[in-house]
Amino acid sequence: MTKLIVILLSAVFINNYVLSRFLGICPFLGVSKKLDSATGMSLAVIFVMLIATAVTYPIQFYLLTPNNLEYLQTIVFILVIAALVQLVEIILKRYMPSLHKSLGVYLPLITTNCAVLGVTILNVQDYPVNETTSFLWGFTQSMVNSLGSGLGFFLAMVMFSGVRSTIEGSDVPKNFKGLPITLIAAAITSLSFLGFGGVIENLFA
Amino acid sequence: MSEILMAVIPVVIIGVICAAVLVVASKLMAVKEDKRFPAVRECLPGANCGACGYAGCDGYAKALCESGDVPSNLCIPGGDAVAAQLSEVLGVEFADTIEQVAVVHCSGDCGRTQDKVDYSGIESCAAAKMMYGGKGSCTYGCLGFGDCQSACPQGAICIENGLARVSTPKCIGCGLCAKACPNHLISLVDDVERVVIACSNKDKGASTRKVCSVGCIGCKKCERVCPNGAIKVTDNIAVIDYKKCGNCPDFGVCAKNCTTGCIVLTDLSGMHRMK
Repeated sequence: MTKLIVILLSAVFINNYVLSRFLGICPFLGVSKKLDSATGMSLAVIFVMLIATAVTYPIQFYLLTPNNLEYLQTIVFILVIAALVQLVEIILKRYMPSLHKSLGVYLPLITTNCAVLGVTILNVQDYPVNETTSFLWGFTQSMVNSLGSGLGFFLAMVMFSGVRSTIEGSDVPKNFKGLPITLIAAAITSLSFLGFGGVIENLFA
Repeated sequence: MSEILMAVIPVVIIGVICAAVLVVASKLMAVKEDKRFPAVRECLPGANCGACGYAGCDGYAKALCESGDVPSNLCIPGGDAVAAQLSEVLGVEFADTIEQVAVVHCSGDCGRTQDKVDYSGIESCAAAKMMYGGKGSCTYGCLGFGDCQSACPQGAICIENGLARVSTPKCIGCGLCAKACPNHLISLVDDVERVVIACSNKDKGASTRKVCSVGCIGCKKCERVCPNGAIKVTDNIAVIDYKKCGNCPDFGVCAKNCTTGCIVLTDLSGMHRMK
């Protein structure tokens, strides 16, 4: 149980996908302008990360590894994730129109988001099924890690949309207006997450 | 050769399975869309201003398709042209749209009123309003940072000399500026009207006079001269009841008789009338 909490918290704070691993930067810069769109996007990412892991993890260890097809990992994962997101979109549109509307364009946008693909591949790498780990235990760890990664993305997006609205209202030098000041702010935000390094492991040591 | 096949076959199989699942799902869970919806949506201007009372143009189009008793003349930016198109597509009776334009109920520019503080905070009316009601000496008046200007989708508002001015030929009457103004100075008025009270100060006459040379001092002269009884002074500010106004033979008698000049005679013809 402690292990799972450590995985969750370190996925959120230490190995934050956006701010420490630099994956998923394009939605981070593109959709963080307003709080509500940032929230919508992040919720969609959490959701897709979870279902993507739930599907790709079994594929890896029941299909690819036994047949020595690990080199097909990337293409199979992208294919499966894309199809899955489409399926989820169809289901949401039919049964949960309001949720479908609030997730909006973000759901199809993140089908091949690098953060989503990154989570699935890193899960397979970091929590593999081997002599010491059963499939179920590896799968649980992966799911917790995906949830943490999604929450970390959420945290980064919400924090950064706050930073950006502050920038919008402040008097920025003319040649820093727009993207330059956004990138500088992103760098400083990312720097602040360095401070979490080592904290979580030592909390439960 | 078999190496290649070993790679291709699983991917193809996975692809086919995914495709089959998607086809079945999209057939089973297809959402019925009204066939008229795209046509109706096409008629609407797409400004998503919400003046019709629905959530954007999509919302209004959906409401029009789903229920027969939603009037087709609710789109104010579109005006008569859109209402006529909608009536044709839906096969309902055409009704004239009442076009509206935005009007600023303040005329306190830099020459007529003064700043009471030197404000150097965030350049927005909403923020300035939170600092003791703004930088101007009149707390009811235009703050002059242009929240309405940035809300306007048509670029019809500009800040001149510290006061918001609506260029009515460009105004589509969506009312986004009225929602943006923290002092609620902007209202929508039917574009046939001619007289506007250009003040919103609710203080007593003497204190209004101190802060602005064109503020309404509540002298009730307009109330007395109006032949239709359309103007009433309530809370020290004159208010025109547009339902009663307009058929005055000596048009603009109130504006001519106003002591401070806060009743303005103007042409409110919006973009629809200009066409």
